[in-house]
Amino acid sequence: MTTTTPPLPVRTQLSMLLRLLAIQGSWNYETLIGTGIGFCVEPALRLLPGGRDGEAYRAALARQTQYFNAHPYLAAVAVGALGRAELDGEPAHQIERYRRALCSPLGSLGDRLVWSAWLPFCSIVALALFAWGAAPLLIVLGFLALYNAGHLWLLVWGLRTGWRDGLRVAPSLGTRLLRQGPTAISRAGAALGGLVLPVVFLRIAGGDANDKLVLAFVLFAALIAAALLLRLHGRLQGWKAGLIVLSLVAIYSAVRS
Amino acid sequence: MTPADLLPLVLLGAVIGFDTVSFPQAMLARPIVAATLGGALVGSAMLGALCGAILECFALETLPVGASRYPEWGSASVVGGAMVGDVHAATAGALIIAVIIALAGAWLGGWSMVQLRSLNARRVRRRQDAIARGDGRVIRNLHLQGLLSDFVRGAALTAVLLAIALPLRDLSERASQGLTLSVGRPLLGMIALAVAVSAVWKHFASVPYVRPIIGFALAAGIAWFFVA
Repeated sequence: MTTTTPPLPVRTQLSMLLRLLAIQGSWNYETLIGTGIGFCVEPALRLLPGGRDGEAYRAALARQTQYFNAHPYLAAVAVGALGRAELDGEPAHQIERYRRALCSPLGSLGDRLVWSAWLPFCSIVALALFAWGAAPLLIVLGFLALYNAGHLWLLVWGLRTGWRDGLRVAPSLGTRLLRQGPTAISRAGAALGGLVLPVVFLRIAGGDANDKLVLAFVLFAALIAAALLLRLHGRLQGWKAGLIVLSLVAIYSAVRS
Repeated sequence: MTPADLLPLVLLGAVIGFDTVSFPQAMLARPIVAATLGGALVGSAMLGALCGAILECFALETLPVGASRYPEWGSASVVGGAMVGDVHAATAGALIIAVIIALAGAWLGGWSMVQLRSLNARRVRRRQDAIARGDGRVIRNLHLQGLLSDFVRGAALTAVLLAIALPLRDLSERASQGLTLSVGRPLLGMIALAVAVSAVWKHFASVPYVRPIIGFALAAGIAWFFVA
């Protein structure tokens, strides 16, 4: 059986996409991004019989504003799929059950793809540009363009895929990109990170003004410190340790002068 | 830094703090962006970028995952970048004090986000009946209130950090006298590198074949370090 996707008006699509950029605007410990899902799906719900004053609109919006948790970018899939399900007139209990079932995969897929792979990779690219002596504007624009190409693509893909597949969206979450993307990006990030971080150190340490041999000793000391941080994983965060060490150094230096 | 310089910084801190979670999450709030912009606003994008790169090494360690508590790097990095950019020289004391302010500010920013999320939860509880009725106006207002509150949070945080940072410029000058550039910058680089390398390992090492990749790449990076 083939089903045709009812068209979503361009204006509604754009409104939903714009709202998706603000999906976490009312993030809270009660409903997490539930209010955000309701806020994003609302333009589609206006197409329900009776429009904004209709009973169908109010019932659907009340359903869509309940507790929801997912990665903010992949929540676009949920917004599309749930909007489509409401407009298709799927039974309320089925929508609610599907809504609950979507939370976990959209959270874990997004965390693996974006927070654990894409963001650190783009961050390392920015550090690589810094290490190569790129102009500040190029570092900023290069990072933002690269990161947001992925960000915006995911939002558009998610909304379209969710809308196209409705309550049958699950197989689309098994695409090659979502399955293998995190692994490939992580490998690229690991390779680039290992390659550029010693040169990032050189730039931060002021390689022109300092003896290279002394800096090499400091570099190896840093690698030992990194190994120590890894051993203390879960008990001490590096940025907190850095804050403590730097505060002690600043106080000592100020007192000594 | 005059009061006329402070207002644009507070506005930039608000916009960047707003980007962290609320809108548009374009990663303007990453330190390498925020500190560079902060530095540029007071006249030295280059020094802002240097401070941003140091802070980015720290930020690599923390991931902005949903309900977990994490530092809010954006507004704090604007202040850090502006502090270094304002002295127009990468003195050891200025860099170290700017990084300290930014790290402590990021922690304070993370705390402020937890408070905002609790406030949003109270607002949701208060309007639970209207939400259950599917009142579109109430739901839209709840969301817009959350967005506005986050913007105000970013502005207030930046203003507080600037109020703390400006008097500390005297301390940074004293610290610079007691700490030469040849010691201060390698020390900062060492700490930043240690955190960044451990972060890269933590994020990626669970992926098959990544451990040898990191090993070989680090060896190549160290070779590059010697020829650079």
